[in-house]
Amino acid sequence: MSEFFQQIINGLSLGSIYALIALGYTMVYGILKLINFAHGEVFMMGAYSGYYLASWLGVERYQAAGRGFPLGLALVVLVLAMAASALLGVLIEALAYRPVRSAPRLTPLITAIGVSLFLQNAAMLLFTPNPRAYPPILRELRFAAGGVIVTNIKLAIFVVALALMVGLHLFVQRTWTGRAMRALSMNIDAARLMGIDVNATIRATFAIGSALAAAGGILFGLDQITINPLMGVLTGLKAFVAAVLGGIGNIPGAVVGGLLIGLAEQLTAGYLSPDYRDAITFLILVVILVLKPEGLLGVVRQEKV
Amino acid sequence: MDFGRRRWFCLAALTCVAQLGACKKLGGDAAPSGSSAGASAATQGVVIGHYASMTGNTAHFGQDTDKAVHLAVDEANAAGGVLGKPVKVVTLDDRGDSAEAASAVTRLIDVEHVNALIGEVASSLSLAGGRIAQRRGIPMISPSSTNPKVTQVGDYIFRVCFIDPFQGKVMATFARNTLKLDEVAILRDVKNDYSIGLADTFKASFAALGGKISLEQSYSAGDTDFSAQVTAVKGTKAQAIYVPGYYSEVGAIARTAKRLGLKVPLLGGDGWDAPELFSIGGDALDGSYFSNHFAADGASPKGKQFMAAFKTKYGQEPTGLGMLGYDAAAVLLDAVKRAGTTNPKAVRDALAQTKGFEGVTGKITMDKDRNPEKSAVILKIQGGKAVYEATVQP
Repeated sequence: MSEFFQQIINGLSLGSIYALIALGYTMVYGILKLINFAHGEVFMMGAYSGYYLASWLGVERYQAAGRGFPLGLALVVLVLAMAASALLGVLIEALAYRPVRSAPRLTPLITAIGVSLFLQNAAMLLFTPNPRAYPPILRELRFAAGGVIVTNIKLAIFVVALALMVGLHLFVQRTWTGRAMRALSMNIDAARLMGIDVNATIRATFAIGSALAAAGGILFGLDQITINPLMGVLTGLKAFVAAVLGGIGNIPGAVVGGLLIGLAEQLTAGYLSPDYRDAITFLILVVILVLKPEGLLGVVRQEKV
Repeated sequence: MDFGRRRWFCLAALTCVAQLGACKKLGGDAAPSGSSAGASAATQGVVIGHYASMTGNTAHFGQDTDKAVHLAVDEANAAGGVLGKPVKVVTLDDRGDSAEAASAVTRLIDVEHVNALIGEVASSLSLAGGRIAQRRGIPMISPSSTNPKVTQVGDYIFRVCFIDPFQGKVMATFARNTLKLDEVAILRDVKNDYSIGLADTFKASFAALGGKISLEQSYSAGDTDFSAQVTAVKGTKAQAIYVPGYYSEVGAIARTAKRLGLKVPLLGGDGWDAPELFSIGGDALDGSYFSNHFAADGASPKGKQFMAAFKTKYGQEPTGLGMLGYDAAAVLLDAVKRAGTTNPKAVRDALAQTKGFEGVTGKITMDKDRNPEKSAVILKIQGGKAVYEATVQP
């Protein structure tokens, strides 16, 4: 039984990371109807910026001295990496998506794939293709309860992911920018007529989505021990499936989808075979697209012709 | 995703060199006109061709091997050469690419008129080069390609390292007879022929010795999450986990095991042998064991002599690949001496008769399949480094 709970905990923590990334996909899709395929690479870049910030702040020195990295500095790493990725997200939007925004919907999809490939290869050039051990930004502590082991890193993943998701929800529901985002997701032209600065709102959407992906990247590195330049490919795809599962464009749906995908993957790996851990995600995608294409929490919008 | 390393991915994608059949009819002398290779082989003494990845993702494999090959040849030349003439090495870069390896071998044979070939580290490249060497009847000796298929290409292909299945047997013997383990779990990389081969022979040998495999789990190269597998192993009575994979996943698996409170040693093969194993795995690997070609601190006097000479010449410690590169060259030169000629057929026959050759990685005797019968070593990981634990005879 303890094995089962252990798999559940591992699945939920993996799922929280998927959820953080899925939020970025879903927000961008909600507004631009664009699948931002470069989002997985923003996640990867976020993990690497956390890596370099931590070593710049001397994480090796603390490690060599046998002391943990101060929590304050860990938060600095998190916030700066999120800021750097937000900038990257805005830059991608400005260079690759805005110039083709009025083009047919296939065009930005193709530039998205181009940006994704560019970032993967740039990362291999800059960071070398070799996997790297993630620096111990949080000193690992273990708590055992009835044979189930929870580390403070898993707890931190829940706490950080939950805090960011609640924060995002409040932002979207309570602030003017959030309200503008919702207006854009309904109808961009009408929103513009109402005096909403469309470009600024889209920029904000990319910045927030990318910052969340960076947080996911750092938590991923801490939890999964190694990072590499291609880490965003499969993880990004799974997060995309999570967004579709929850109902693309729907923020609570992305969270639910992320957690479900994490659990499904972990339980498949634990009880069926690790060989099927990736397959199950995409099986879920096929099933949901056939049975309920709008996703679990999605709503069908009538398109007037 | 691991681009850094290593052989024996049998991407049998041997980019075709079918036209070479035509060259064969022309005979070995048919060098393209305008070739500036200089004097022909007959008057020049022994010419060895070395094809290696001098650049690219696996550049350090090729460079280490090449340095050691040059060291062996320099030593032979200092001692008066072979067959009374100095030995020459021609090294061509294959950039870690099998098509390039094939063309490098063709060029070494047609333009440089080599008498014998050394190469490659990666099994897929040795297969590519070996098919051409075999077709042209030029003996080739691979320093460190461990995939069994390499020497099955034909009777002109040899190697000086042991083959993959042997390592699984070595670790099974060590786990059962020395560590006295009764139950072991296996975690194999299903994307990697090397890992699958080692796991299969480990399983068979361990069972033959009366041990029990409590659980078989798998992962795919490039995976980063191993908590499901480790949690599953934790639910069994396994006293160790055999993980014959590559260092980056092994390091992460060790850390995951420690994190989830699984306190059993990991066992593995030579795919662990990289500094990154320790930077990723950290202290989680303490008490684990892996099989390897040699151990610096367990080397024979001849091995120690080589390591000192290498360090003097190049200012760095040789790797295991370097040791094997030296042995490949030394075994080859020894065969030429015994053959008394540079005739490829005679050199091949002499190579096949290599018996009890004292190499820097141990005694080498070629078996009928042109693979050496030699011992393997077991290394134990302690305090972030691998130390010699035992030698296991074939």
